[in-house]
Amino acid sequence: MNEKPEKLIDKKGLRLDGRKIDELRPLKLEVGVLPNADGSAYIEHGKNKILVGVFGPREMHPKHLSMADRMVIRCRYHMASFSVPERKSPAPSRREVELGKVIRESLEPSVFNDLYPRTGVDVFIEVLQADGGTRCASITAASLALADAGIPMRDLVVACAAGKVDDQVVLDLMDEEDKLGVADVPVAYMPSLNAITLLQMDGILTPEELEKAINMAMDGCKKIYAMQKEALKTKYMTVKEVEE
Amino acid sequence: MSSLITRVRKLQIAQTIEKGTRLDGRGLMDTREIKIEQGLIQKAEGSARILLGKTQIVVGVKIQAGEPFPDTPNEGVQTVNAELVPLASPTFEPGPPDENSIELARIVDRGIRESKAIDTAKLCIEPGKKVFVVFIDVYVLNHDGNLIDAAALAAMAALLNTKMPNYEIEEGEVKIKQGYTQLPLKSHPITVTIGKIGNTLIVDPILEEEQVMDARITMAINEEGNICAIQKGGSGYFTPQQIVEASKIAQEKAAELRKKLDW
Repeated sequence: MNEKPEKLIDKKGLRLDGRKIDELRPLKLEVGVLPNADGSAYIEHGKNKILVGVFGPREMHPKHLSMADRMVIRCRYHMASFSVPERKSPAPSRREVELGKVIRESLEPSVFNDLYPRTGVDVFIEVLQADGGTRCASITAASLALADAGIPMRDLVVACAAGKVDDQVVLDLMDEEDKLGVADVPVAYMPSLNAITLLQMDGILTPEELEKAINMAMDGCKKIYAMQKEALKTKYMTVKEVEE
Repeated sequence: MSSLITRVRKLQIAQTIEKGTRLDGRGLMDTREIKIEQGLIQKAEGSARILLGKTQIVVGVKIQAGEPFPDTPNEGVQTVNAELVPLASPTFEPGPPDENSIELARIVDRGIRESKAIDTAKLCIEPGKKVFVVFIDVYVLNHDGNLIDAAALAAMAALLNTKMPNYEIEEGEVKIKQGYTQLPLKSHPITVTIGKIGNTLIVDPILEEEQVMDARITMAINEEGNICAIQKGGSGYFTPQQIVEASKIAQEKAAELRKKLDW
């Protein structure tokens, strides 16, 4: 165990990793990384490394789970046993079951699921390395993977957390800040529709701080949104170059 | 958690709510009648039964000695489990907990944990070795909507009713002595769930309204009116303005319930 640092933000307003309070961690997004999946994406968000594969729309198994009027989205969030300092049992924990549900519900509003009745689409998320904010990074990548699978969507979903560390509202908490900070507010957002599709919080915030944190997270989302679109374009640009 | 509902009925519910009333005659911001009975399970250290309209939930609290988590060696442990018992609804099936019951348990857990309701520092028996574990078990007995608020209220009512066993340590073993003391509590959070149907926000949805609902947002509010846990659910979305509005509603409803329950 590391010793607990006294202050998570120094006198100059810089955080443990040297970021300003409203600065994102470095991000890397890649689309179409898995040959067997219908759509896939890989994200590195700080030290988070997450892979998402999408299969479908395809026939539902078991069949009785299919819906006559829409496509069913299923989502499995899973952490690799070596993704955290202490080995995690590979069996799905209660936390992973809950995250699978909230991630699915954050993606559902973006998909035109009435276009593919009686089918299902599976979103598989594997967290290879975790560093705080895995649910947000997973959503950002999962939305890209759905787009890569060619599923018609209203907008990309992008997610980012804000929170309170020491006595300040900050953007994009990393692991230490998440564990030792005061509050953590993950937000998933569809920028073109101005719609919040995931909002959770733990910790204690005044209503004013909460509003500030949500606004800060939405600003962070908008920055990542630009990178998401760039990553999608990059995939198709590289294909073109190979063909020429 | 849904059963079938006809399109006509869906439309009827949505249209009534658009007009500012509800099918059962309530206003958009009215909670159903709440009845709480404490201490009904004598074999549990604490218990409570809540009737929220037709929704019925029993929460039992058991306290046993156990091991602390390695990162908090001097603190007691809190665990919440929820059972959607098959007799509560035709849609509940026996078997291991599904994602709905896991989510319900985790929302209740987060409200209690993040508001620091249980004074876990006082539950330490032997640092790093033995602490008291508070098991909070939520049993849904009849499902008519808004399980989250009902479960959170019943859990808090059960904790308020919980007696800690007196103990002494004899040769490294915990011996239970005669008599009880009150479970040490630091805060009494109140959880409020707000549903969104169309573009209208409502509180305390009944089951039929939940089947029409686009999305819900749950907020746990402490005595100071601060927010200590949030969970959005459902496959719809909220606009940022609606979130701010929901936060105001949660504050008001929590204050109203706090007064009524005298917490």
